[in-house]
Amino acid sequence: MSATPVLALRGVSKRFGAVQALTDVELEVHPGEVVALVGDNGAGKSTLVKAIAGVSPADEGRVEWNGDPVSIDKPHDAQELGIATVYQDLALCDNLDVVGNLFLGNELKSGGILDEVEMERRSRELLSTLSIRIPSVRIPVASLSGGQRQTVAIARSLLGEPRVVILDEPTAALGVEQTAQVLDLVERLRERELGVLLISHNMADVRAVSDRVAVLRLGRNNGTFTVSETSQEEIVSAITGATDNVVTRRNARTAQQASTTEVRK
Amino acid sequence: MTTGTPTDGATGDKAAAPQQDGSEANGTAAAGSVASVDPRLLVRERGFAGYLDDLTRRLRTGELGSLPVIVGLIVIGLVFQLQDSAFLSANNLSNLFVQSAGTGLIAVGIVFVLLLGEIDLSVGSVSGMSAAVLAVLNINQGMNEVLAVILAILVGMAAGALHGFFFAKVGVPAFVVTLAGLLGWNGLMLQILGPSGTINLDDDGVVAQLTNHYFADKIWAIALATVCVLAFLGFSLLDARRRKAADVPSRPLSEIVLRTVVVAIPAYAAALVFNSYKGLPLAVVIFVGVILLGDFVLRRTTYGRQVFAVGGSSEAAARAGISVPMIRITVYAIAGTMAAVGGLFFASQINAANQSSGAGSLLMNCIAAAVIGGTSLFGGRGKTWSALLGALVIQSINSGMALLGTGSAVRDMITGAVLLAAVVIDSISRRTQKTAGRA
Repeated sequence: MSATPVLALRGVSKRFGAVQALTDVELEVHPGEVVALVGDNGAGKSTLVKAIAGVSPADEGRVEWNGDPVSIDKPHDAQELGIATVYQDLALCDNLDVVGNLFLGNELKSGGILDEVEMERRSRELLSTLSIRIPSVRIPVASLSGGQRQTVAIARSLLGEPRVVILDEPTAALGVEQTAQVLDLVERLRERELGVLLISHNMADVRAVSDRVAVLRLGRNNGTFTVSETSQEEIVSAITGATDNVVTRRNARTAQQASTTEVRK
Repeated sequence: MTTGTPTDGATGDKAAAPQQDGSEANGTAAAGSVASVDPRLLVRERGFAGYLDDLTRRLRTGELGSLPVIVGLIVIGLVFQLQDSAFLSANNLSNLFVQSAGTGLIAVGIVFVLLLGEIDLSVGSVSGMSAAVLAVLNINQGMNEVLAVILAILVGMAAGALHGFFFAKVGVPAFVVTLAGLLGWNGLMLQILGPSGTINLDDDGVVAQLTNHYFADKIWAIALATVCVLAFLGFSLLDARRRKAADVPSRPLSEIVLRTVVVAIPAYAAALVFNSYKGLPLAVVIFVGVILLGDFVLRRTTYGRQVFAVGGSSEAAARAGISVPMIRITVYAIAGTMAAVGGLFFASQINAANQSSGAGSLLMNCIAAAVIGGTSLFGGRGKTWSALLGALVIQSINSGMALLGTGSAVRDMITGAVLLAAVVIDSISRRTQKTAGRA
């Protein structure tokens, strides 16, 4: 992990009318690092993502890109820098084939005509470097499974050769096997030295792939943890804001039950 | 003369390499470029067996394309031929093609609109209005005919763009906007035709020639068929070579030859039919030219890709940076333009613009032609060749019924039943695709 973060937020604040959505939020993403952004509903995760993606810029605070201050005022600015965002509801066209979807909005042309051959070649190349297995690059996206669709959506964000990829709830609607496919892909993004910001509600996923976990609570930083050195309870308590919460009580209770059964034996 | 039958009927996308369901047996036998072959992956297999497999896979998963309408055309041809041997005569077939051009040209515009998943109910009225504009400018005002033709087409384009504006920018449902157009433009047509209600066109004018001119020299039909077939072969070979160079799946030579033969048969058959009557009709040349142009725009240009994207998911298209309102407005403008062009063909057939121009069953025939030809009502799936196939079906029924001497009552009932059958096939194939599509 390099010393300078590729993307850093310093004291970012955002206000919607009377609601202070974000207050002095700090966040760093290094190349080759997966940072999970977690927090309860309304903690400000989506607001923060929108600020980074330029959809709804922050009011205050600095954004640093490789250590240099930059301003992200519109989605185009973020794309120019090399920030790709994959939103929760997939932005794919069911009737177009995989190649068509990957290059939608950025079609390759030769002499004003769509260069299908080159697009297909690059699609196959991209999918194979990411070890994405789909039946064919020429079948409509409608006939892919949810996990395959999600991997296509992520692959699509990589065509612009971004440095940082933001994944908003990439596994929310997926089954077990499909979730594994997507998590595999996240790890491959890390191997390619990309910075990944993963927004997720699923603690198992977060712990499975991320290096660090940044917790937001009520629009403020509530701790950043290194996953390998932190227990799930610590993260949960940071999310809920208390060490005494439903999750810890349940864990304590089950531990107690386990020990009592142990004794009876 | 080529027809749309062979080019894409079986495989949908010309650019798509032949890929078939590699069931366990094929999977191992496949000479794919994939290193380790997962039996679930679709791998290509060379040779005709693979082609058949591909076809059965598509049929099973509901990707019927133009197959039902081709079968339908054959059935219609056989039934009428058994009833009256004049049906498949060169004379009748030639007239049938010429008469289907008007409906078909309007249907090309409808195909664009259907690709967006929308509808245009105004095309009949717009076609009538354009014919009236032409007649008034050319005959009553004495304007140069070519200029009058251009203005009439521009009027149609403007009317379409206006529908598109209210739909895309104001957010009025397309159904209602074009319903208003249906009434409004018909009213405008009656207004500008004036009290007499009929304006006869110049017998030797440009518009009159549209459906009455034939290239009598036999060489023309043969030459055009040859050019079409050679162009198809040339582009296929070029494409295969580029694909091979780029190391992506390409069609084997045997398959290219087969496809070329499948294109050549109807092309030369049509040429022979036309030459046995008056020669190659100008109307057919224009009609097929427009279809080829539309097909090129839809499948080979960024604009066409954007039309499909908006039809598939306007939300996804907008996120990809496509201007959805711009696509919608231009597509309605295309529909209006094609309606105007079609209107001129209808005016040419009767050599006049009158109060019944663009009225009656014209609107439903044009929409039916696009749908019968295989363009989905649900948006995102279809091609301009549907307009040719569908228009031929409708005109065949018209022509056959006229030969048998049955009235318009029976004809309308049969056309309605065929349209219903087409929509049913569309709905069922969509449902099959949904269930079979999920891997």
